[in-house]
Amino acid sequence: MPIYLPIADLPINIFLILGLGAAVGFISGMFGVGGGFLMTPLLILIGIPPAIAVSTVPTHMAASSFSGTLSYWQKKLVDQSLAFILLGGSLVGTWGGVWFFSLLRRLGQLDLFIAIAYIVLLTGVGGMLSFESIRAIVRSWRGTPAALRRPGTHAWFHGLPLKLRFRQSRIYVSAIPVVVIGLAIGFLGAILGVGGGFLLVPSLIYLLRVPTTVAVASSMFITLMTMLLATVLQAAQNHTVDAVLGLTLMVGGVVGAQFGTRAGQAIRAEHLRFLLGLLILGVAARVASDLIHVPTELFSIIPVERLR
Amino acid sequence: MKRAFAKTLAAMALAGLALLAAAPANAQKLVTSVSTHRVLVNSSFTGAELVVFGTIEDAANAQIGKYDVVVTVRGPARSYITRQKGRVLGLWVNTASREFTRVPSYLAVLSNRPTRELGEPDFLRRNRIGLTNHVFAQQIGRDVADVTPNDPFRSAFLRVREAEGAYISDPSGVTFITPRLFRATVQILGTALTGDYEVETLLISNGTVLAKQQTAFEVVKTGFEAFVAVEARRHALYYGFTVAILAIVAGFIASLLFKR
Repeated sequence: MPIYLPIADLPINIFLILGLGAAVGFISGMFGVGGGFLMTPLLILIGIPPAIAVSTVPTHMAASSFSGTLSYWQKKLVDQSLAFILLGGSLVGTWGGVWFFSLLRRLGQLDLFIAIAYIVLLTGVGGMLSFESIRAIVRSWRGTPAALRRPGTHAWFHGLPLKLRFRQSRIYVSAIPVVVIGLAIGFLGAILGVGGGFLLVPSLIYLLRVPTTVAVASSMFITLMTMLLATVLQAAQNHTVDAVLGLTLMVGGVVGAQFGTRAGQAIRAEHLRFLLGLLILGVAARVASDLIHVPTELFSIIPVERLR
Repeated sequence: MKRAFAKTLAAMALAGLALLAAAPANAQKLVTSVSTHRVLVNSSFTGAELVVFGTIEDAANAQIGKYDVVVTVRGPARSYITRQKGRVLGLWVNTASREFTRVPSYLAVLSNRPTRELGEPDFLRRNRIGLTNHVFAQQIGRDVADVTPNDPFRSAFLRVREAEGAYISDPSGVTFITPRLFRATVQILGTALTGDYEVETLLISNGTVLAKQQTAFEVVKTGFEAFVAVEARRHALYYGFTVAILAIVAGFIASLLFKR
């Protein structure tokens, strides 16, 4: 059944969009990631203009992360002080990223930079996640106790000043690395057009040693806030938010996210991390294959965005 | 249903033209009409089909094959960037790009036989007959100019646009019903831009243009689609807040529905 998208200016099958929303919403709820790194390329693949896709995906991510955040919030899994410090850093980082984005566009190599950044980041994060979780799974098979939290060990940044106690996360750490992580997430998010949850969750788990469920819940809360802001800014600045596309994605997304959140809580943490690692590696392989394979058509045409 | 409606309109246009055809011989040589002047884009729009009808006057002794007809439809102008991929260090990346400024977003050339048979290359270029004889201005430095037809970017642009269905070249798109009466079917894609579409009809015989007729139709959004498109522009900030609030409401409703 086709439905006409008034801002994207094209008809599309409504069930395709609903299904896409549900599938990405499920993944989003399960892993506490926004799902933008999956949704944006998928929308472009089915023919939505990139500018519309990049600015409409945040509406879907806001909706699915709201229903997820609500259930985590009621279970008191969101570390509020950690989330607000990260959010502050990420807002500054976003501003820097937007500036760097226009610099690269002037140099004309934006596409290449984005593809390589995607591959490096996704392979790194995905590889680390799957490798570490396989070790944890093997360890639990053998019956040896998990040695993830060693009270005696300290990374170098534990010596930094401005130490704060984050209650829900059960960590006592300087605010400086938290702000730096926020800055990096905001910067990369702006350049890659993604929420950055797939980077935030592993950084919280591995760098700050935040428990997986708190990391997922706090990351989802941050995703909600940044995506709401992105929706309003994109609509006001670029007029590229397609309400019909967004609403259709949302309906699928919120339903998927509910099932995803439950699935995420039912699965053991190391299995969850292993699956997320595999998923991220899969997307990296897909991006890499586009760069390596000989394209069937060497030329591509994109309309110059009309600033109507 | 829409198609049936278009056919009814087409039949009416045909009846009108038949009357015109019976008018005195000193009338215009070419009379054309398009089945609808407004294509409405609503929530179930997936494209449209229009019919252009025409009669050739002053053709008491006309036979099929004596006259040739070319119908050209040009959609609203838009600029496009064409990028070429090349291999750098084993990776396929964009290496060169050109901007085509204000070229038709839709272009259909319908004729009763291949356009290259209709006259000398120079004649075809002068009268913009056939896809490749249109002007595709490129931004070259600070200048805007068209380039030679065998330019790789120009031919790639036409090839990709044709593959997308936005540019159409149909050498059997015009059919003669009688020696004096012809019709051409114009297919509009679901991705068509809104705006004015020009329809130009040329009557050709022995390498000369005997007559030329211009008509037009417009593609407009209606109802909810028009409302959303206008609001997104006119009250951009409120529109953004509305969508953001809708996102929260959608998330809230879902968590209520799924509460155990």
